[in-house]
Amino acid sequence: MFFTTTSRIALQARNTLAQRFYATGAGANALLFVEHKDGAITGATLNALTAAKKLGGSVTALVAGDAPEGIVKEVAKLSGISKVLSAKDNAYANALPENIAPLLVAAQAQFGFTHLFTGHTATGKNIFPRAAALMDVAAISDIVGVEGEDTFVRPIYAGNAIATVKSNDKVKVVTVRGTAFEAASAGDDNAAEEAAPNADKPNLTQWMGEDIQKSDRPDLGSAKRVISGGRGMKNGENFKLLYDLADKMGAAVGASRAAVDAGFVDNSLQVGQTGKIVAPELYVAVGISGAIQHLAGMKDSKTIVAINKDADAPIFQVADYGLVDDLFKAVPEMTEKIGK
Amino acid sequence: MSNPLRIFVPVKRVIDYAVKVRVNPAKTDVDRNVKHSMNPFDEIAVEEAVRLKEKAPQTTEVVAISCGSAKSQETLRTALAMGADRAVHVEVKDDSTLQPLAVAKLLKAYAEKDPDTTKPDLFILGKQAIDDDANQTGQMLAGLLQWPQTTFASKVEINGKDLKVVREIDGGLETVSTQLPAVVTTDLRLNEPRYASLPNIMKAKKKPLLKLTPEELGVDISPRIETLKVEEPPKRVGGRKVENVDELIDKLRNEAKVL
Repeated sequence: MFFTTTSRIALQARNTLAQRFYATGAGANALLFVEHKDGAITGATLNALTAAKKLGGSVTALVAGDAPEGIVKEVAKLSGISKVLSAKDNAYANALPENIAPLLVAAQAQFGFTHLFTGHTATGKNIFPRAAALMDVAAISDIVGVEGEDTFVRPIYAGNAIATVKSNDKVKVVTVRGTAFEAASAGDDNAAEEAAPNADKPNLTQWMGEDIQKSDRPDLGSAKRVISGGRGMKNGENFKLLYDLADKMGAAVGASRAAVDAGFVDNSLQVGQTGKIVAPELYVAVGISGAIQHLAGMKDSKTIVAINKDADAPIFQVADYGLVDDLFKAVPEMTEKIGK
Repeated sequence: MSNPLRIFVPVKRVIDYAVKVRVNPAKTDVDRNVKHSMNPFDEIAVEEAVRLKEKAPQTTEVVAISCGSAKSQETLRTALAMGADRAVHVEVKDDSTLQPLAVAKLLKAYAEKDPDTTKPDLFILGKQAIDDDANQTGQMLAGLLQWPQTTFASKVEINGKDLKVVREIDGGLETVSTQLPAVVTTDLRLNEPRYASLPNIMKAKKKPLLKLTPEELGVDISPRIETLKVEEPPKRVGGRKVENVDELIDKLRNEAKVL
């Protein structure tokens, strides 16, 4: 009790101070690492920009790549970006962390950035902790809230607890959960462009190639709608019912661990504590009982629908709309009626 | 192929993945008085190291290493029962304040302690611990050592000093190649960890376990991040049932406005 009260007072005091600090315009000096692929800014970068703007100071963007020009122009138009640092070198293709991390360190050293922000994506997760270690500072992963210049909110234990943490380091190296912040959009400004500082390019790894899942359906991690199947699907062929419905709705398809372990679908579709964490606008759980581990991966979804023939399944306790019915009847009916 | 290959596998003792964690009444942490076990991603790391040893043409030593309280030794014994050759325990009094940067520094310090007997060729770590969900230690360790890192591995191939790793990235897979020494972190798809058999659990009790302290390794482990409070996530109010598909579609269109 004592502890809670004290920390709350401390927090209020800090917030007041921080606000005053913002008003002078001398507050945070943040660097946004821009993730991009195939000539497009990766979505999570736009969410990370919104989080960085909450610090109240300036935001400089860093674009690195073998041909960053197009992305630099696009980033310069984003609302809230004061400057774009451009690093053009073949060593920066494919975002290899061994080359990008020293670039972030050099940029921080030159411009005295107080914060480094990027999306908590496979790329962000790969690069940022390495850069933090090179600067001898902690990294703060997967934030869902910005409470002040040094105070952030992040889920732990797969979202079963929410921690408010304060960094005592001089530079805060932060990755941002995309689904927790709105995406920033283009504004009227056109930020100035500048060359990024030179940095070591140790070239320790070679990029060999990639195999991107070719699907017309959206990516599971960032989809606005997700339809997932569980053990109740009975076999892999029956997932076609979900694919058909997903195609009608423009949704991604996911699965519970039970469905993955039973071999119905590939592991990469797993939603849950040890799989993907999703927070779409609409999550439809079909034939999924709703074990803790599954709920951990989807309970931040805006609207949850459950279709299950067992009226006592735990999934109904979190579902905004529950339909107690045989999925083999309800899903095809939904597919048929939704198009109309 | 006479050069021995030495693989270090850091393992962490965490609250068992099947336990529903609860925030403590003081809101400073979660209740830790519950079942613990080896972090699932670390089990995958141990399994991969043991498999590499089983199929490697050269002699391979698998060293399990854990930083944490005295109870971390249980986790190390599990790794030994799965096939690790020896264990190293860096003991700290309170492992709840041990953070990824400190762990990375401890691992580096041990790896460089006595070059003839401790120099690893490869670190295999889990991609993240399921308690702090940080996903940082492997990357930090690679940075501190100035070694290449291949994170989120779903396939690892070693040929002499060459390392080829298939990585799980957003939307698919990516292949990178590099040379040892290197740091690999494991993703779920890498393998299916074995269960330790009873005879192997008995044998593991006799395998060597070295105890060290952060002071002996010369590492400052003071936390850089302070936890101000820990709270329960917002509760969802579910439980509304609809009668049929028509009503469901209607609600999604007109009430939730998500269709």
